[in-house]
Amino acid sequence: MTNSILTLNQVSKRFGAVEALKELSLDVKQGEFLTLLGPSGCGKTTTLRIIAGLELPDSGSVTLQGKDVTNWEPNKRNVNTVFQNYALFPHMDVFHNVAYGLKLKKEKKPVIKQKVEEILNLVQLPGYEKRMPSQLSGGQRQRVAIARALVNNPSVLLLDEPLGALDLQLRRQMQTELKRLQQHLGNTFIYITHDQEEALNMSDRVGVMNAGALEQLGTPDDIYERPATPFAARFIGQSNIFDAVVTGKDGGGTLTLSYAGGTIKAKGEAQPGEVLTLSVRTERVRYEQEDRYGFQLNGIVKSHHYTGGLLRTSLLLSNGDELTVSGMGGGDNRIPTGATVSIQWDPACSIIVERRGTA
Amino acid sequence: MKTKKKTRFPLPELYIILLLLLFYLPILVVVVFSFNDSKLFQWSGFTFSWYEKLMRNQTIWQSFATSLQLALLSCGASAVLGALGAVGMAGRQFKTKGLLENVSLIPIMVPEIILGMAYLTVFTLFRIPFGMVTMVIAHTTFCVPYIFINVKARLTGLDPSIGEAALDLGASSRRMFLDITLPLILPAVASGALLAFAMSMDDVVISFFTNGPNTNTLPLQVYSMMKMGVTPEINALCTVMLGAVFLIVALSRLFRVRRKRS
Amino acid sequence: MKPRAKIHDRRKSLSPAVIPMYLWTILFVAVPLFYILGMSFLKKAETWGVVMEFSLESYQGIFNPAYLKVFGQSLLIALLTTLITLLLGYPFAYFTARLPKKWRSIVLLLLIVPFWTNSLVRIYGWIILLQGNGVVNSALLGAGIIDTPLKLLYNIGSVLTGMVYALMPFMILSIYNSVEKMDWSVVEASRDLGAGKWKAFLTTTLPLTMPGIMAGCVLVFVPSVGLFFISDLLGGGKIMLLGNLIKNELLSAHNWPMGAALSIVMMAVTLLLIYLYKRVSGEKSLEGLL
Repeated sequence: MTNSILTLNQVSKRFGAVEALKELSLDVKQGEFLTLLGPSGCGKTTTLRIIAGLELPDSGSVTLQGKDVTNWEPNKRNVNTVFQNYALFPHMDVFHNVAYGLKLKKEKKPVIKQKVEEILNLVQLPGYEKRMPSQLSGGQRQRVAIARALVNNPSVLLLDEPLGALDLQLRRQMQTELKRLQQHLGNTFIYITHDQEEALNMSDRVGVMNAGALEQLGTPDDIYERPATPFAARFIGQSNIFDAVVTGKDGGGTLTLSYAGGTIKAKGEAQPGEVLTLSVRTERVRYEQEDRYGFQLNGIVKSHHYTGGLLRTSLLLSNGDELTVSGMGGGDNRIPTGATVSIQWDPACSIIVERRGTA
Repeated sequence: MKTKKKTRFPLPELYIILLLLLFYLPILVVVVFSFNDSKLFQWSGFTFSWYEKLMRNQTIWQSFATSLQLALLSCGASAVLGALGAVGMAGRQFKTKGLLENVSLIPIMVPEIILGMAYLTVFTLFRIPFGMVTMVIAHTTFCVPYIFINVKARLTGLDPSIGEAALDLGASSRRMFLDITLPLILPAVASGALLAFAMSMDDVVISFFTNGPNTNTLPLQVYSMMKMGVTPEINALCTVMLGAVFLIVALSRLFRVRRKRS
Repeated sequence: MKPRAKIHDRRKSLSPAVIPMYLWTILFVAVPLFYILGMSFLKKAETWGVVMEFSLESYQGIFNPAYLKVFGQSLLIALLTTLITLLLGYPFAYFTARLPKKWRSIVLLLLIVPFWTNSLVRIYGWIILLQGNGVVNSALLGAGIIDTPLKLLYNIGSVLTGMVYALMPFMILSIYNSVEKMDWSVVEASRDLGAGKWKAFLTTTLPLTMPGIMAGCVLVFVPSVGLFFISDLLGGGKIMLLGNLIKNELLSAHNWPMGAALSIVMMAVTLLLIYLYKRVSGEKSLEGLL
């Protein structure tokens, strides 16, 4: 494992009555692509601005490359930001935008020229030096903003929803490019977004944020397959989340729980009588006649929702809960509504996201 | 394929043209009679004699010089005060901000005569001799809001992260102001100053209360001439002033069109 | 932890850049206004100046019938000016906003250019037009429509003409701004829902352009009580406005407390109007007016 380059230690921040960050701690490793993912207002932008020095925390500390930079002015930190709306200087052409940071560092003119040229090549905008920001498309502005930040070779590059304003096609293309750029340069990237696809696609690690706190930090696989909290399970992907009571366990770590008039199974550690909140991804639920996992639940088909490539079916369970099953299913062979089906899933896919004590 | 447009009575266009004609009628009359060879308002032949008289009228030129000096001084002072004020207030929330803003706008919100009378009495109280100084103070006061409002509107239209980007790239607050803020607000300062200049050149009421014995401005001079009775010299003067305004407007349009193209 | 406090307080503290404007505003706006407020409660000296003695004399003086008449006249002229500029200016602004873009800017420029010329020049043009032996009378006489010249100048009509003429651009520009900003699909929706042309105008366009109308009314009404030179020149001294009254109290009658009291009343009315405008239009700052 490489060293950590940036550490946030119990950082809190209030704006009036709003608690934007609640003792947030985060450790970012050298050279990683870390994404903070969360709904708007979860504090991810505040986190970024505190790292950049554009906001100061009320308490807690920020350590960058082993130095406490908590109270440093933004211009003293070797951190650069790609702003949400690009924030290009409208009165400067591309060259002067990109060269701005280098000029402030008092680099020599030929060096600046060479560096700007190199970075513009890297973001695939060679020969655009003389263009004004107003003459560029959204995607091109984005590249200039990235170039302007990266040309300073920051120890950490902060990206504040940089792709939010682009259309879907361009966004996917830029995702790939950003990842390529990061791997090529080896800088540490901290990226924030509310788009889970973006987060899972590009990141080495993803931090899921909610209401000013970090809910879960892990690899994209961890985040998706093993959500740690109900929020993480709900926010990423489609999940069925419900409470069930543990009725027994076997030696292999498989729990038996009672739910909706039947039994289900889960992997994990719990005592009989304990109430667990479980999350099951909708695509893990299967219709199955034979009992492959040692349990099955019955439900009545209530409705289908076809979203192109994926068919989501709502089932009504005997306790009134609704459960969603998703799978391939264009075509005509849908189960008619009103029919009773039986469903099951791999017990390993029942993820315990919360323990709610003993019933 | 062409579709036939439904012909309608061009009422809107006619109304606009009619009202514009009414707007220009008094101006046109002034211009026409400046070439009239009679003091009466009947046409009795073409002449340049009023212009010749105007050229030789020292009082008018003196007052023109006073007006120009006054407008330039108060424009300059108010540009600095107003622009700095707007920049300093942007993004800040100090306690008295709203109060300061509202009070600073009072000079152009209430009838001018109130400010005029307040200055007359206050300057008398503090025994400040009436003259250029008092007029510059008065004019600067009512010019500040024009610049302040213009610059403030420009700053609100700007993404605040542009300034933050400069800080983020290593600029100090001072560098940020010089490299980013100032160039970006300069057009707003200029257009505000232009408006303030026009207002200062045109002001009658406030100058009336704050001028001194030897500092008649051009509008005050014209005012007193008009009150004395009609003389076509005023027509000539007015025509010259009109010509100057049209020239400035035309030039600024031309300049703007050029800039847009480049 | 000193540097933190420094930056943290920055947003809530006064920036040094504001200080010159701050001082200027206190010194040359607040102080003079408070001074006349104070003076309005003092007594007039026998000859010149004021006596340091609290008195409501000046405010009571306002209820003098002669003054009340001026108040009434001033108010009437201001209201009529506002009404006429609104009635004439609304169609102009509305039609202009619906012109093709190229024409819009030309019309606006043509509207503003005379506004940029000296206001006295424009008043002077009206004197020439309306004189007993002026252009209008000559034309009417020449055409045989009238036998004797009409008395067009030095009455309430000529003062109104001058006022409307001087203040019209304010009304047109503020209405134009709100018409231009309007979302036309709302009008289309109302037409689509069955409203006739006029009904659609009355139920959607008019309410949507109300902020512009109100701003225009404030912008016309407020100065029209103070523009003493217009009533001096076009009213021939027969029409007294509040502005003329204040001027006379100061310069002819040397009754400063009275002039101050009149100014204070005038300012109170103005600020009340602006306050009402802000309340009704929901505009947060005064700039909406400009």
